[in-house]
Amino acid sequence: MLLSGSDILVKTLIEQGCDTVFGYPGGQILNVYDSLYTHQDQLNHILTAHEQGAVHAADGYARATGKVGVVISTSGPGATNLVTGIATAYLDSIPMVAICGNVPTTQIGSDSFQEIDITGVTLPITKHNYFVGRVEDLADTIREAFVLAKSGRPGPVLIDVPKDVQIAECEYEPISPVQKEEPYAAKDIRIEEAAKIINSSKRPFIYFGGGLITADAQDEMLELAEKIDAPLGCSLMGLSAIPTDHPRFLGMQGMHGHYASSMAMHNADVIVSLGVRFNDRVTGNRQKFATGAKIIHIDVDGSELSKTVNVVCGLRGDVKLTLRKLLPLVNENKKPEWTKKVNAFRKEEESYLDNREGLTPRKAIMTLNKHLGENTAVATDVGQHQMWSAQNLSFKTSRRFISSGGLGTMGFGFGAAIGAAFGTGERSVLVTGDGSFGMNLNELATAVRYNIPIVILVINNGVLGMVRQWQTLFYNKHYSNTVLNRKTDFVALAKAFGADGEAVTTPEELDSAFGRAFGTDGPYIIDCKIDKDEFVLPMLPPNGSMDDIITKLEVEL
Amino acid sequence: MNRYTIAVLVRNQFGVLNRLTSMFRRRQFNISSITASETETAEYSRITFSFDGEENGKQQLINQLYKLPDVCSIKELTSENSLNCELMLIKMKNDPAAREEIHSAAEAFKAEVVDYSRESIVLRVIGNSMKMDDFISLMRDFTILEICRTGTASLEKGSTTIRHTINL
Repeated sequence: MLLSGSDILVKTLIEQGCDTVFGYPGGQILNVYDSLYTHQDQLNHILTAHEQGAVHAADGYARATGKVGVVISTSGPGATNLVTGIATAYLDSIPMVAICGNVPTTQIGSDSFQEIDITGVTLPITKHNYFVGRVEDLADTIREAFVLAKSGRPGPVLIDVPKDVQIAECEYEPISPVQKEEPYAAKDIRIEEAAKIINSSKRPFIYFGGGLITADAQDEMLELAEKIDAPLGCSLMGLSAIPTDHPRFLGMQGMHGHYASSMAMHNADVIVSLGVRFNDRVTGNRQKFATGAKIIHIDVDGSELSKTVNVVCGLRGDVKLTLRKLLPLVNENKKPEWTKKVNAFRKEEESYLDNREGLTPRKAIMTLNKHLGENTAVATDVGQHQMWSAQNLSFKTSRRFISSGGLGTMGFGFGAAIGAAFGTGERSVLVTGDGSFGMNLNELATAVRYNIPIVILVINNGVLGMVRQWQTLFYNKHYSNTVLNRKTDFVALAKAFGADGEAVTTPEELDSAFGRAFGTDGPYIIDCKIDKDEFVLPMLPPNGSMDDIITKLEVEL
Repeated sequence: MNRYTIAVLVRNQFGVLNRLTSMFRRRQFNISSITASETETAEYSRITFSFDGEENGKQQLINQLYKLPDVCSIKELTSENSLNCELMLIKMKNDPAAREEIHSAAEAFKAEVVDYSRESIVLRVIGNSMKMDDFISLMRDFTILEICRTGTASLEKGSTTIRHTINL
């Protein structure tokens, strides 16, 4: 049938199984919004308060569902407002398609009103991007973008659509949703090598990240762990992949990781790493990182193998399929010595746990745990609250911890929590700090407008806590621009936007506030006041090794 | 530091050169020469880069380039496995005192005089990059007015082609 570009765009999204998109209209995307209007019974469009909120929502939706998140914006400022969100998705390998309007092709390159070279701007932060110059290419470009976004190592893809292409007409025939490229296992010879190394190991450790979740390889990994009697640890991006209370799970490791998890990794003789990329926040000083260990690395992205740490055995392939081939080659045996040692690390960790009275950050997160449903997604912003969440949140279901790991985007959480709520169809939680929340709190308007049930826990210490922590430890307590001195009343703020909330100062108040928040049909803010000098511990100093780990605060405040 | 030459076969689309050079920039490689042109089929372009770097970094770069959807295949070309050729135009000051020596150097390098005026001599030199470097070094004894080099054109020896290079 003969259709306009904008109709083709919307119909292709529907054809690809898209049910919800996030976005913000504007001059050069008006035609697409007109088509969204006529297709509103088939495609739900969520209007945010800012394009950044929309792109983070698409990201949160994708993280919670595994589907491709879609965001739509206008040209120029609309497009540039997506940049931080696209970069966030890129660094965390999240499947996303971003669609921007642009000025008509006849005006491209003439610095027209709201014209920006968005394909140029997003070149280093997308898997690929497209400028669609002909309406005939539009449907196939969108389809190709979906394939790219979800294939191999997922990531964001941007499509720039000039206004005249939205207006022009051509034939369109719907097709069935495109499939991602067929995944494949690593080469047999590498798998055999890996099995040999694993079979000779006395102290194996399995380390997993976001790639495990993408590959949906949890069952295979747990089978391997049982077989070789290995403890499990993860990166920030791996959190929620397996239930937090799994007996083999030692928690996140790295700069603010669990002591036992970091120690087990440090003392292992073989590290089986699955869908990770050995970021500097994980390894610390790479020269001193797990020096006694042979590293086996399975990743779908071959460029990650030996990128930052040298691996003995690099396997390029789908984690799930590769593990399936690896499992029969691995000998089953118990390692009581190693288990004993790991348990000793656990014991030691317990002695470092923060069990102080009063409303401590750990207490706040533990209280939240009591109220979380099995399927509740928890989004965070970035900073101390993010690390306290990563350390203490308890998950039952995969894809329920939604956090900006690679880029570390303050202001990510609110949009992501909105997207996650639409993705799961359930209430979501946002754990944020007063600093991060200040960056994108305008999305309260969105949450109220769509009556999205989101519990917003603002861990409020009046400072930019993570930066302050570094200033305390490494910058002679020069608290340069980290003391906020704001007078924001978060409860009044909630009310101003048409939501509700309350402030708490004790664990008991917090507990009952959660009771009300989780019963509210819409967003609810809890302003949780904590001390400004709370620390995230343990801490591996930047570029440090496990020998430098800080487990107790010994600085005089 | 080593000198590397890689040939990249890409989908012939606008912006593709930008995508590739952007990857060099992101990994902080300085490209010392670059040639780009359509190939035997208009569908593909072949881009040849020469650059200096370390083995690890070069491998990383190649791995990253492979991830670009427009990249079809990559071939690393060494002096052993490939034929390399470059063309240079060099404009010398036509100084009577130097004229004879310039001419004999040109003869030794099989350089051709392609323009001659009272003030200047333009020579065309063809060969591998090292030959160019050597010739320039000789000419530095006189007055070089201007140089233009095309960058390396490289093909693998024998019957294998870049299209038959297996990706990783």
